[in-house]
Amino acid sequence: MLPELGTFLRFQLQRHLQLALRRPSDVVGPLLFFLMVITLFPIGLGPDPKVLAVLSPGILWVVALLSSLVVSGRLFQADFEDGTLEQMVLSPHPLALSAMVEVFCHWLLSGVLLALVSPVFAALLNMPSRAIPVLMVSLLIGTLCLSLIGAVGAALTVALRRGGVLLSLLSIPLTVPVLIFGAAAVREAALGYDPSSWLALLGALAAGGCVLAPLAIAAGLRISLEA
Amino acid sequence: MVDDLLRLESVDLDRGARRLLTGVSFQVRPGDCWQMLGSNGSGKTSLMRTIAGLTRLGLQGQRICTDNLLYQGHLPGLKTGLSCRENLRWHASGGVVSNVEKIDAALAHVGLQGYEDRVICQLSAGQQRRVGLARLWLSQAQLWLLDEPFTAIDVRGTALLEAQMQRHCAAGGAVVFTSHQPTGMSEIKILDLNQYAA
Amino acid sequence: MWSIVHKMGSPPWFFRFANGAIAWLLPIVLITLVVGCVWGLLIAPPDYRQGNSYRIIFIHVPAAVVALAGYYVMATAGLMSLVWKIKMADTAMRALAPVGAALTFVALVTGSIWGKPTWGAWWVWDARITSMLILLFLYLGVMALSEAFDNKVAAAKACAVLSLVGTVNIPIIYKSVDWWYSLHQPASIKFTGESAIDASMLYPLLLMIVAFYGLFALSVLLRMRTELLVTHRQSAWLRSELS
Repeated sequence: MLPELGTFLRFQLQRHLQLALRRPSDVVGPLLFFLMVITLFPIGLGPDPKVLAVLSPGILWVVALLSSLVVSGRLFQADFEDGTLEQMVLSPHPLALSAMVEVFCHWLLSGVLLALVSPVFAALLNMPSRAIPVLMVSLLIGTLCLSLIGAVGAALTVALRRGGVLLSLLSIPLTVPVLIFGAAAVREAALGYDPSSWLALLGALAAGGCVLAPLAIAAGLRISLEA
Repeated sequence: MVDDLLRLESVDLDRGARRLLTGVSFQVRPGDCWQMLGSNGSGKTSLMRTIAGLTRLGLQGQRICTDNLLYQGHLPGLKTGLSCRENLRWHASGGVVSNVEKIDAALAHVGLQGYEDRVICQLSAGQQRRVGLARLWLSQAQLWLLDEPFTAIDVRGTALLEAQMQRHCAAGGAVVFTSHQPTGMSEIKILDLNQYAA
Repeated sequence: MWSIVHKMGSPPWFFRFANGAIAWLLPIVLITLVVGCVWGLLIAPPDYRQGNSYRIIFIHVPAAVVALAGYYVMATAGLMSLVWKIKMADTAMRALAPVGAALTFVALVTGSIWGKPTWGAWWVWDARITSMLILLFLYLGVMALSEAFDNKVAAAKACAVLSLVGTVNIPIIYKSVDWWYSLHQPASIKFTGESAIDASMLYPLLLMIVAFYGLFALSVLLRMRTELLVTHRQSAWLRSELS
């Protein structure tokens, strides 16, 4: 069976993307959420462009973190409810890999999209334009970390009825380093310094996460099926 | 001697802190067709899930089971946003099926000819069950574990399903299924869980 | 080694072990706590810069040290529960989380009280305090997850996975919070850190750390024994043990 692994993974990827694209509202929703929360900040803090420019790296990163958490709560919900998860566990292919395909799709449709449209949001907050490429790169790498952390939380809480709040309780402490590195990179770039060391740290987190998170996700999913 | 596809040796099963079953022992050999009986709450589904290896919690005793199995539980394992044909392209017991004719033939077997491109959420509950059971025509698994396969299936569908199960057993496979209704199948073995109730 | 691990997994053996250990630990903990408190709070000399307000470190530092170590102990118990399926490790994890969370909370409160005379504010986003706050969140996450599952065994497994994930993350969190703090270059003065601590203050501090470790072990053993009493109240071995 295992020689089929490549076919299987390609098929799963295609299937998840197909499913997600049939419901565009699921893809657009988080972006709208992002836009709306961003709107709240000038309303709450006042419209002074200078204040907003200083705070913009932190605001954008915190909102990105929240919108990523909101979406990842649903990550395995449908699979759990329709029985696909049972079949994934029984499949001869490693659960960690098939779960990672889902996380990867989730990242493509939430994090990558978010990174691509983030210049618009940066403009809304009057962020210095020299920081915008760094914002995009940091969001690109950082949202992968956030998707992985969210997936661990989602795997552990998928069987629980009140999973939503719990998911945030579990995930938020783990996302602190991502927020620190991401926001620091953008802040340094906005101030005109070199952000590359912070981006490198984010990259290290993503690489480590890609290796370790699948194990935790697979273990969490098995436990959720048993509960 | 033929190898057992499944062997349980004096297995105890708990649900949470409560013991459901004690001392369950049975073997499934190629060609066997077992019907699992038991009143509601007797642990049929729990035992099925334990046999399939979906859960190991609360299991004490030895379980030896082939990896080459098909499990169809209460949940259909279908994506409501995909069509019948797209749904049947993957299943744990059959892997990725790239042959579209095979899928269409399986759908025809369960009486869903012409529904291939229909999205699952447009089908009735019974039709959805049939799509799930169409996997019996696509699977290469030797041991079938079917939890309440006849739920929401009409008389004609039941007969089709029974025939397919018997064909599978005659070809050297084995079936374990749960059902409250007596079936029209011959040479059926009965496992009554009430006698193992703790 | 292997046989000890297996013995520890058996509730009757552990019950007897806990009884013996509690009887030993209780006087040791009481004596070290009293001696440490008197030494630290009354006998040790006042700090030349902070006066007497520094004395709260005799509570703050031990609580913080043991709270952090407690998370690792919990994760180790989680690993034992996942790998060797030892039931007592599950019990240990359930017993550890609230004790660790309580110690973290004590460290936070004492840190905040210490902050008032030194920084002039009840709460300062200092690197250590922020890390402690996140540690508290990690503990609370494990406790909330453990409560959320109906099935106790599944709850223990889920908590084990979560605490292992947390263990991998804690060093990263601590390091990143450190960098975050130095990046934002706050105007406050660093008290702890480079300045060497005098022996007259160090020895009572070490004694208090030992006392807190003992207190931690004692609380966990008491909680584990209580849970054994509740879950095995119907068992024959417990009845014969108690009679």
